[in-house]
Amino acid sequence: MTDSEPAPWEYVPAPESAGLAGLSSEYRLFVDGTFSAGSGEKTTSVNPATTEELATVAGTADSDVDRAVEAASGAFRDRWGGLDGSARAKYLFRLARLLQERGRELAVLESLDTGKPVRQAREFDLPNAAAYFLHHAGWADKLDYAGFGPDPAPFGVVGQVLPWNFPLLTLAQQVAPALACGNTVVVKPAETTPLSALVFAELCQQAGLPPGVVNVLTGGAHTGEKLLSHPGVAKPAFVGSTEVGRRIRHRLAGTGRTPVLMLGGSGTNIVFADAPVEQAVQGVVDGAFFNQGHVRGAGSRVLVEESVAEEFVERVRERTATLRVGDPLDRNTDVGAVNSAAELDRITRLVETGEAEGARRWSSPHPLPERGYFLAPTVFSEVHQSMRLAREEVFGPVLSVLTFRTPEEAVTKANNTPHGLAAGVWSEKGSRTLWTANRLRTGVVWGNTFHRFDPTAPFGGERESGSDRVGGRAGLEAYLDV
Amino acid sequence: MSDAEQPSNGRGRVTVPRTRKLYIGGSFPRSESGRVRPVLDAHGEFLANAALASRKDLREAVVAARKGFESWSGATAHGRGQVLFRVAEMLEARRGQFATEVADAEGLSLRAAADSVEAAVDRVFWYAGWTDKIGTVFGGVNQVSGPYTCHSVPEPVGVVGVVAPRESALLGLVSVLAPVLAAGNSAVVLASPDRPLPAVTLCEVLATSDLPAGVANVLTGDPAELAPWLASHEDVDALDPTGAEESLRARLEDAAAETVKRVLDVPVREPDWNEPPTPKRLRTLTDLKTVWHPLGQ
Amino acid sequence: MAHSPSRTRGSGAPARLPTELAEAARGGRALESFLRGLPGVDAVGLEQRAAALGARGVGKDAKLRAIDTAIGMVDLTTLEGADTPGKVRALAAKARHPDPGHSATPRVAALCVYPDLVAEAVSALGEVPVGVASVATAFPSGRSCSRAKLAEVELAVDAGADEVDMVIDRGAFLSGRYGEVFDEIREVRAACGGAHLKVILETGELGTYDNVQRASWLALLAGADFVKTSTGKVSPAATLPVTHVLLRAVREWYNRTGQWRGVKPAGGIRTTKDALRYLVAVREVAGPEWLTPRLFRFGASGLLNDLLMQRRTQLDGHYGGPDHVAVDL
Repeated sequence: MTDSEPAPWEYVPAPESAGLAGLSSEYRLFVDGTFSAGSGEKTTSVNPATTEELATVAGTADSDVDRAVEAASGAFRDRWGGLDGSARAKYLFRLARLLQERGRELAVLESLDTGKPVRQAREFDLPNAAAYFLHHAGWADKLDYAGFGPDPAPFGVVGQVLPWNFPLLTLAQQVAPALACGNTVVVKPAETTPLSALVFAELCQQAGLPPGVVNVLTGGAHTGEKLLSHPGVAKPAFVGSTEVGRRIRHRLAGTGRTPVLMLGGSGTNIVFADAPVEQAVQGVVDGAFFNQGHVRGAGSRVLVEESVAEEFVERVRERTATLRVGDPLDRNTDVGAVNSAAELDRITRLVETGEAEGARRWSSPHPLPERGYFLAPTVFSEVHQSMRLAREEVFGPVLSVLTFRTPEEAVTKANNTPHGLAAGVWSEKGSRTLWTANRLRTGVVWGNTFHRFDPTAPFGGERESGSDRVGGRAGLEAYLDV
Repeated sequence: MSDAEQPSNGRGRVTVPRTRKLYIGGSFPRSESGRVRPVLDAHGEFLANAALASRKDLREAVVAARKGFESWSGATAHGRGQVLFRVAEMLEARRGQFATEVADAEGLSLRAAADSVEAAVDRVFWYAGWTDKIGTVFGGVNQVSGPYTCHSVPEPVGVVGVVAPRESALLGLVSVLAPVLAAGNSAVVLASPDRPLPAVTLCEVLATSDLPAGVANVLTGDPAELAPWLASHEDVDALDPTGAEESLRARLEDAAAETVKRVLDVPVREPDWNEPPTPKRLRTLTDLKTVWHPLGQ
Repeated sequence: MAHSPSRTRGSGAPARLPTELAEAARGGRALESFLRGLPGVDAVGLEQRAAALGARGVGKDAKLRAIDTAIGMVDLTTLEGADTPGKVRALAAKARHPDPGHSATPRVAALCVYPDLVAEAVSALGEVPVGVASVATAFPSGRSCSRAKLAEVELAVDAGADEVDMVIDRGAFLSGRYGEVFDEIREVRAACGGAHLKVILETGELGTYDNVQRASWLALLAGADFVKTSTGKVSPAATLPVTHVLLRAVREWYNRTGQWRGVKPAGGIRTTKDALRYLVAVREVAGPEWLTPRLFRFGASGLLNDLLMQRRTQLDGHYGGPDHVAVDL
């Protein structure tokens, strides 16, 4: 090596101030346009990067669920249901603007509560959340042209239970179309990440949204099931794991209410030998480690053409090693904290299983913070189709590498899962990319890219990933009684 | 009662009866169980014995349907349209036979039954014309904000289990089967338990219409016994419970929950099939696939 | 930098290459098929990564050291028709003491001038360890006959240039005559003797990133010490994505051969903010080993002053003004 001197400079932490989040000491429920203490037991929200408590959060009792559904029902009947689409459009537009204005604050809050890198929250979560409101503001007065016949009707009260990986973005993805279609909502963010939704409630006040149109509850699985099976909720919606989705379907069987389900499922990247290799490496690494791998359809599996597999995996490891893991508030951080102790435990066990099954493990040598729920980005090679690593949804910063010999084999392996959410195809040969896209049984296929989302583009899965869509004209159907 | 089903035609000639069998993978097997049950007309007179399918027959039918799906979904939309137009032609050609069977099954006058058969022909014809328009009507280009081309295209969901309408033996049946096929899916149909004969005859039409083997499979038997197996089957992608009685609905939805299977949201009361159809079933029986690709030099 | 990074040749004469590269380095058909067999570059993905890395911040404490690193990488350039010995002497003075008010300010890597002003630059710099680079080969268009180009290289080297910045024949490249381009670089390489060779690809004329990648490999195979984006006379000049392609190529070259080759973006890099983005790219795409003037240069004229101003801001704790650093006229 020509260079014996030390590298001239190193990155130093560029932390965003936690103070920007404007944390309150206590967050309260939002029902019928006002904040209230709630009748349930208070909980605390924890910063997964430090394990410190962030704030006290009001608890939701069953009576609060009743109260919220009643408020939403009253608002639908008296205020929102009869409102012109053009008026709804303006409220949605106001919400979009408020989200943009308070983007920096909400990004920091989101980072604190979820453990995700603040740069990602600022550049991905928040702009997209605003974009979903903006896009759907435009739909509210144009539903006649959405292809569901003239004057399509809303359901009434929608109950929405949301996940912890993208708290505000998934809220926007579900609330915006629900409101645009003329429904009122009761929304329950995840138990570990309630803060941004409760600040969103504040935005609803500032936007002058009629009371009861949006109600925000807190709580865990019990409250979620209570809300989704509430007889006053005309359309229950759940975004989260297939396991819970299944339970909800069992619970609602025979009630005449079909839930909107946006469920999980690991995604697969297929890398052909003629891929644009630099971008494929980047896409595979982003696909697996974006948002700590806590993404519906994360590219947790990569199928690489055997002739280039060894070199490709080496490059993936090399690139993964450059990811900066640590303090989510550091603007240079690429991979933040796993969302909770329970999640860390689950992923760690899956990693152990992978090793026990005989897959070859490599973990990034990047040092991890001493406290907080962190896991080094991990790449498993020599993974086979029969291993749990290849079959289960990982939902964490773990990538499994498998190989294939022919396009047919790649497609067969990629489809060999009961899920069907997302896949990536990397090749410079257009006809092969399109052939593969055509044969994949997934709701989304990214060719030479990964993790692209847009409010105009329907996103959702097939089979056990749940078949509802968010975004675009197709996404409206979830919240229209057509 | 139809001439064909009479032991004699009244002029002394003894007719040759037709044994009604199942339709699986393009063949007409008996039930592996050997079970049959008598089919009566609307007045309670014996018409014929029909096979009483077992859950093993159902399992075979799903295997056949999966195979059928591979070829059918791989065919061009134009090609699927051609086959369905051919089905309409064949139905038209056997209008008389169907009218008699429908009259027997539903207790209609021959005239009313003929109207119903004509509506059924028209229904198949209508759906046949849809095959190559589904993409353009339900899919489209997404104007994403970035240097990508992004389009969404509806694709068939796969193997669809259909509990056929109980009352409308032909028109109702084609109204639920044709959209399954037009959208590119394959079907396992549980025919009306009490009025299965038009369904069996329809199978003879399908078998001679260039429809690849396994694309449509029809079982006669007891939906209450078979439908839950269809609902819980891991290789069935969607369920249309149109003909399932109210008492069965919750059970089917519960069985389908395990695979998060799509269950069509259809009313318990059988609709008036003479109402003009909408493309809703086509939309529900497809999955929208969104494909992204960068635009770069 | 304690010593001139440019006075010692980094990579040496064509060493033993792995078979595939050795084949390609024979030129002709083998070269062509090697270049055409390189993996594609997806433009959107490349630009996206460049933008994402560009958003990575260099924090306050690292900033001063990053600025110093950048100053040490500057090839202080004047390539105007109106250049005179006086202008070159002024630049040389600046190169020796970029900021007389802050004596710890590092020196730039080299002065970059036209061949006829090399002697002037060499004498003005004297013993100061700042290199002298000369553009050559009918810069910037490259449109002249081969003998004239080679003669120009020899003149520059004879006049004392440590480094030669040549331009490739883009016409030949774009019409697929890779062998011709390759042979010309080889000849210039030979004419350089002990001087460092930087090969200017003029990426703004190559049209696609695939071509940029091909041209990079072609130059490396022909013996370039550095691949350089642009002459600065064509727009677009250096861009982050293009520099990513070059950085990746030298990294790959190192992975395959163990030889260190450098990258020089030139043109359009005017601010400290720009320069720091490039340093982040160097670090992430090639590797931290490339954060040295031996392996990375900025071809720029106005950049130095902004770096100096930002340096003063870092040190003095208040914003600098343009009149506190010397104008380059």
